[in-house]
Amino acid sequence: MNPTHATGDYLIRGASLLAETTADLLVSDGRIAAVGPAAATDARAASATVIEAAGLVALPGMVDLHTHLREPGREDAETVETGTRAAALGGFTAVHAMANSNPVADTAGVVEQVWSLGRRSGWVDVRPVGAVTVGLGGERLSELGAMADSRARVRVFSDDGICVSDPVLMRRALEYVKAFDGVIAQHAQEPRLTEGAQMNEGEVSAVLGLAGWPAVAEESIIARDVLLAQHVGSRLHVCHVSTKGSVEIIRWAKERGIQVTAEVTPHHLLLTDELVRSYDPVYKVNPPLRREEDVMALRAALADGTIDVIGTDHAPHPSESKECEWAQAAMGMTGLETALSVVQHAMIETGMITWADFARITSTVPAAIGRLGDQGRPLAAGEPANLVLVDPAARWTVDPAKMATKGRNSPFRGLELPGAVVATFFRGHPTVLGGALNTPLPLDGGA
Amino acid sequence: MKHLLSTLDLSRDDAIRILDIAEEMAAVGTREVKKLPALRGRTVVNLFFEDSTRTRISFEAAAKRLSADVINFAAKGSSVSKGESLKDTAQTLQAIGADAVVIRHWASGAPARLAATDWIDAPVVNAGDGTHEHPTQALLDAFTLRRHWARARGTGSLGTDLAGLKVAIVGDILHSRVARSNLWLLRTLGAEVTMVAPPTLLPVAAGSWPCTINYDLDDALAAGPDAVMMLRVQAERMNAAFFPNAREYSRRWGFDDARLAALDAHGLAETLILHPGPMNRGLEISSGAADSSRSAVLDQVSNGVAVRMAVLYLLLSGDQQRTANETQG
Ligand SMILES: [Zn+2]
Repeated sequence: MNPTHATGDYLIRGASLLAETTADLLVSDGRIAAVGPAAATDARAASATVIEAAGLVALPGMVDLHTHLREPGREDAETVETGTRAAALGGFTAVHAMANSNPVADTAGVVEQVWSLGRRSGWVDVRPVGAVTVGLGGERLSELGAMADSRARVRVFSDDGICVSDPVLMRRALEYVKAFDGVIAQHAQEPRLTEGAQMNEGEVSAVLGLAGWPAVAEESIIARDVLLAQHVGSRLHVCHVSTKGSVEIIRWAKERGIQVTAEVTPHHLLLTDELVRSYDPVYKVNPPLRREEDVMALRAALADGTIDVIGTDHAPHPSESKECEWAQAAMGMTGLETALSVVQHAMIETGMITWADFARITSTVPAAIGRLGDQGRPLAAGEPANLVLVDPAARWTVDPAKMATKGRNSPFRGLELPGAVVATFFRGHPTVLGGALNTPLPLDGGA
Repeated sequence: MKHLLSTLDLSRDDAIRILDIAEEMAAVGTREVKKLPALRGRTVVNLFFEDSTRTRISFEAAAKRLSADVINFAAKGSSVSKGESLKDTAQTLQAIGADAVVIRHWASGAPARLAATDWIDAPVVNAGDGTHEHPTQALLDAFTLRRHWARARGTGSLGTDLAGLKVAIVGDILHSRVARSNLWLLRTLGAEVTMVAPPTLLPVAAGSWPCTINYDLDDALAAGPDAVMMLRVQAERMNAAFFPNAREYSRRWGFDDARLAALDAHGLAETLILHPGPMNRGLEISSGAADSSRSAVLDQVSNGVAVRMAVLYLLLSGDQQRTANETQG
C-alpha cells in the first residue's frame, strides 16, 4: 500500500523561492527535477499533479536539531509516529531525537530502534542523538563510536536535559567524537547553581517566591566549554541559548575562530518570565523564560549570525504533568507545529531577517551541523526534494487541541500567529498537502 | 474581591475595608458570646498541604465565630512525595460543596492555581504558599500596627492607613512569604519599609523592591523604626552556606537583649517588636525581647482571628458590596 519510494510527479507552479524569485518546480522521483521554465516544459510535467503555489514561499525542508520524541519509554507523552506527524505539519523534513528516552539512547541498539521507528513512520528523517554519558549519568562515556557506526549514523551527541558538568568528561567527549566528525550538543546548566530552580532568577522570581535559575549558571558553562573546544580543536554546539550574557560569550568565541555553533528556541525569541506571574506551568521550561532584554539580545544574535540555528526543544508532556502546582510540573513546551510561525512573527515580521535567512537558520545550517547530506540543500535541479511551501499571509490562532503532537503544552495557545505550512515534501513525497497531513513515505519498513 | 491570594494585588480601599471590618470582629471577640450568625450554613474548608497548627486554628476559630461549618483537610504529599493531586483534591472539595477554601501549601502559587483553574469555583484564601505570600499574616500585622500607630497619635484607627510609619523587617527575606506580603501591604498603606538581612538571604533583585536594604541591624535600629518585625530563621540554612552558623547569625541579625536595650538608648520608647511565630528563641530573637513590654506577639495572634473573620466575611457574605476594584475592572 505505502510506497517505498516517492511516487508521482508534482509541478509546483509559481512559488516564490526563498521569497526572492518566482519559479516553477518539478518534483520527480524524490528529487527536484527542474526549476524555472524547464519545469513546465519537462516531459514529466504533463502528467504531474499541479500545485498552484502563487503567493507561497518555497523553502528547503526544516531541520530540527532538538526534539524530544519520548519513545522509547514515555509513549504516553509522544511517539515517534505522533512527533514526526507534528514535525511534517510544522514544515520539517528532518528532526533529531534527543537521547533522554527510557532506556536512554546510549547504545547502538537504542539509537537504531529510534532510527527504525522513524523510517517506518515515514513523515521525516529521524536522526537519533546519542547520549554522551551512560544513562545520562555524567560519569562514563557512552559507546559513542558504536552509535556513530550504527545504521543510525549518529553525529550529534548530547545529554540534553542534563549538563555534562564534569569538565574532564566534557573535554574527553569533545575530543573523542572528532574521530567520526561528531559534535557535542551541550545543555549548559551548572547543576549546583540551579538546584531546585523553578524559573529565571530576577525581579519576577523575587516577587513570586520561586527558586531562581540564574543566567550565570548557563553562561559559566558556555564560557568553560568554548575554551575547552578551543583547547582541543573540537566542534561544540550550544543548545537553547537563553541569555544575553551567553550571546556575548559565543560572539567572543566566534571572533576567535572557536568552532562553536549555537541554537535558540522559538519560545525564547518571543516569551518572557513575566508570563510566570500566572503560575501556569505551561510556561515552565528549561532553560527558563528570561527577561525582555534577553529576548531582544537573542533576536539580534540570530539576525547577525552569532546564533546559528533554530531548535524547537519540542518537549511534549501529558496534561497531568502540567495540571498541578508550578513546582510539581514538568519542564518543557511543544514547538514543532508553531516554530515557523513564531520565527516569522518574531524575526521576519520585525524586519530582522529574510526568508532566505530563515532557510539558513532552520535548514541549511542545522543540516550541516548534524552532517545530514541530503537535507538543507538548495532549491535547485538535481537536489533531494525536501521542501516546504508556506503561505506567509495566512494568520491562525494556536489551538493545542488541534495539534498532531500528543502534547497539549503549547505556551502559544490562543495567540494569533502569521504563516502556515501548506505543503511539505519529504524525499519528493508530499507528507503535507493543503495544510493537512497527506500520507507518509515509509522507508524500507525500517528493517 | 473574589479571592485573597496576595497583598500585591490588594487595593488600598480593600485593605482598609478588611482592617475596618476586623475592628468590628475584634469587638465580638471581647464579648462573652464570641459568635456571629453571619456565615451560618456555609462551609469553610481548611486545606492544608503543609502543617501549620497555629494558622489552621486561627482560621478555624475565625470561621466558627462566624457560625460557619469547618472542615479540616490535611492533604498528603510534599515536595518530595507526591500525594493526591491538587486538581483531584480541589474537585473533591467542589463536589462536597465547599463555600470557601483556605489553602496552605508548600508550593508558591498553589492558591493562584486553584483560583485560576475551573477545578473549583469557591473563593480561595491564601493561608501561606511556599516562599511567595501569606496575606492574612500581613493583614494582621497591619492591623496590629495600625492600632499602635493610631494610639500613638491619639486617634481612632478606623479608616486610617499607616502613612509615615517606619518598619524594619529583619531576617530570612529570601524564603519569607511573610516578608513579601508585608512589604506590599505596608507600602500600599503608606508605611516605609527597611529590609535587614544578610545579603545571601535577600533576593538578588531585591534592589528593585520599594524598600531600603540594610545589612546592618544596629544601623537600622539607630534609624528609629516604629516597629521591628523579626522573621523566623531556619538554622539549617547554614548547611546551604547562607550564613556560617547560628551563632554568627544571631550575633549580627538576632534581636538580642543588647539590641533591646539599644532601643531605650535611642529613645525609642514606642517601638514595637513583632514576630509571626513560631519563634526560635535565642536565634532570631531573645526571650528578653520576645517577652518584653514592646512585644506585640500575642496581640498578633488574637488580631489574627479578627482579621481572618473579616476576610471570610467579605468573601462569603451574600450582601457583599462590590469593591471599587471590581467595579472598575
Ligand atoms: Zn536542554
